Amino acid sequence: MIYLDYQATTALAPEVATAMTAVMDHYGNPNSAHRIGRTAAADVELARDRILAALGRGDGRLIFTSGATEALNIAILGAARSALAASPARRRVVTLATEHAAVLDTVLSLRHEGFEPVILPVGRDGLVDMEVAEAAIDERAALLAVMQVNNEIGVIQPVAQLGAIARRCGVPVICDAVQGFGRLAVPEADMIAITAHKIHGPKGVGALWLREGLDIPPLMHGGGQEGGLRPGTLAPMLCTGFGVAAQLAAERREADMAHVEALWTRARDLFADWRLNGSDEQRYHGNLNIRRGGLDAARLLSQLRTIALSLGSACASGTGRPSHVLRAIGLKDEQARGALRIGFGRYTTMDELEQAAALINEAAAIQRVAA
Amino acid sequence: MKRRIYLDHAATTPLLEAARLAMLEGFAAWANPSSPHATGREARALLEDARARIAAALGWDGHVILTSGASEALAIAIGRSTGDPVLAGATEHDAVLRHVPPPQRLEVDAGGHVLLPEELAGGTLVAVQQVNSETGVIQPLDAIAELIHAAGAYLLVDCSQSAGKLPLPKGADMIALSAHKLGGPIGIGALLLRDLGLLRPSGGQEQGYRAGTEAMPLARGFAAALEASRDWLADAADWRARLDGAIARAGGEVVAGGVPRLCTIGSYRMPGVSAQAQLIRFDMAGIAVSAGSACSSGSLRTSHVLAAMGWAESAASQVVRVSLGHDSRATDIDGFLAQWQALATGTR
Repeated sequence: MIYLDYQATTALAPEVATAMTAVMDHYGNPNSAHRIGRTAAADVELARDRILAALGRGDGRLIFTSGATEALNIAILGAARSALAASPARRRVVTLATEHAAVLDTVLSLRHEGFEPVILPVGRDGLVDMEVAEAAIDERAALLAVMQVNNEIGVIQPVAQLGAIARRCGVPVICDAVQGFGRLAVPEADMIAITAHKIHGPKGVGALWLREGLDIPPLMHGGGQEGGLRPGTLAPMLCTGFGVAAQLAAERREADMAHVEALWTRARDLFADWRLNGSDEQRYHGNLNIRRGGLDAARLLSQLRTIALSLGSACASGTGRPSHVLRAIGLKDEQARGALRIGFGRYTTMDELEQAAALINEAAAIQRVAA
Repeated sequence: MKRRIYLDHAATTPLLEAARLAMLEGFAAWANPSSPHATGREARALLEDARARIAAALGWDGHVILTSGASEALAIAIGRSTGDPVLAGATEHDAVLRHVPPPQRLEVDAGGHVLLPEELAGGTLVAVQQVNSETGVIQPLDAIAELIHAAGAYLLVDCSQSAGKLPLPKGADMIALSAHKLGGPIGIGALLLRDLGLLRPSGGQEQGYRAGTEAMPLARGFAAALEASRDWLADAADWRARLDGAIARAGGEVVAGGVPRLCTIGSYRMPGVSAQAQLIRFDMAGIAVSAGSACSSGSLRTSHVLAAMGWAESAASQVVRVSLGHDSRATDIDGFLAQWQALATGTR
């Protein structure tokens, strides 16, 4: 099986598996005051430090969550509620049309609390129009949620420029950095959501970084862990896995990115007669989202039994809904039906990419002949 | 090195070997269970197998929504409940109580049993734990469920401490579980649902009731832990009886000694010695026990559980919890009792 679905999840790194196996015997509850509990707490804190180092942050705080979805829920609901509590005028929750469901659904759910979701459109390149953003972000906004790298089309949003507008209006910026963390420079934002399993760490653990001094109310209540912001017993094994994965990503970043760049260059050649979805320039090069006119990509996928790739986000897979991201960049449904997402990274070999491209191109050609 | 004595299994318990192996196997199938390709479907199949085994091991025939733990399961059960208002026993875990303002909390008697109001409005959601994490007190849930259902109300049961040790309460509409209290990994739990109509959906995975990529290896560990033998519970019952008897004879007080308690938890007051002093001395002697629940153990608050049962703060602040698990041994009990007696006599 050739795995080309790096945006859905990534293989557990052997170094991470080893580190997790080693701490499986550290069974204490990190909140227990006795020595066994403190051993578990030490595992958690070491992991926290490693992730903060990978983020390049000496300031602020990092809280562990069960994943990015939970981190984004805490950030968005918390920031919206605390903005409104401080100023009754701040009812607009601004985000982009191409965000992950974890952001879009959460933003839309705020309607029930009297907030007004403002969903900014993107251009054909997948990038937000700065003039539209400038007009939409003002003193009525409670927050801006923007993702660094799009999970479906790999487009990199101008988070810094959006953040500059938001800062002028006193609006906190929440960045979904799930796809970019460990690969690109960390974005400037007030809150950053990340997850372990996209950087060769385990599933079941993520984190939210919050700027120093930022205070938001919690979603869940419980034992008061993570400064009261996220209750629940922390898992030393999962935190350790995340910490090692983050450290590894930071150490290998240059090598990993050079490898991705080489794969990208080759892939662009191999798929030269396909159209690229989204910007070529403002893009993470481990994501190749391409389309071909008249192609039934879902059928192609089911024929390619030796390759794991996808049409878009795994979370929405199987729903049969056309991708909201491809719609947002102006593709008609029949164009979106011909789109494939090919994701590669650290463990993809050039040989695997070439084999997969040959199979994909062959299957696409057969469909065309049949049509 | 001398064996460290771990008697804090109610805070968390060591991973069972079967759970460890199940997770190591799970790590090999690392794909996203929601991916439609063959690799993803393989992970999905392993996830669904784990879900079915969790239900089977518990004897549950309703829905199983996997969560990151009991705190999240309770947050979903209470936060997205179609039942209203929400009432909860005064001795519930903080993960329940912080969602339920004080006027909606139900008093308990001196033995820790929850007292239901005379009038219960239809549609009310009542949260009652099966076993208290601090005292081990078992709630008479059959009778409670009958009253709640007669009123047309719903019952949410926190089974974090009891799952795998006692049969699930029969009349529960929703049940919250945590894997790491029963030998599974930290980071996974479940919300069992009799009927999906009890909750408003949130979207995302888990039939739209919990969003986030599913952690399949943890689910495998959870299932394996639930399937493991519980033979050791008979020993635990003997040891807890020994603890109760020896401590009472040595001048200590057994918390809720007269009511049915889960055989793995005992709480004991050492008159005249603060729990903090006891914990430090026990820790120095290589014995891990706790004062109240681990979640609040850093805060040095007096136990809300003992306060609700009518204990004066001065007496409540002298109580230490001992909790047993699958790797406990008779020598752990000997070691703890020797230390308890030395401390009680030495400081008198």
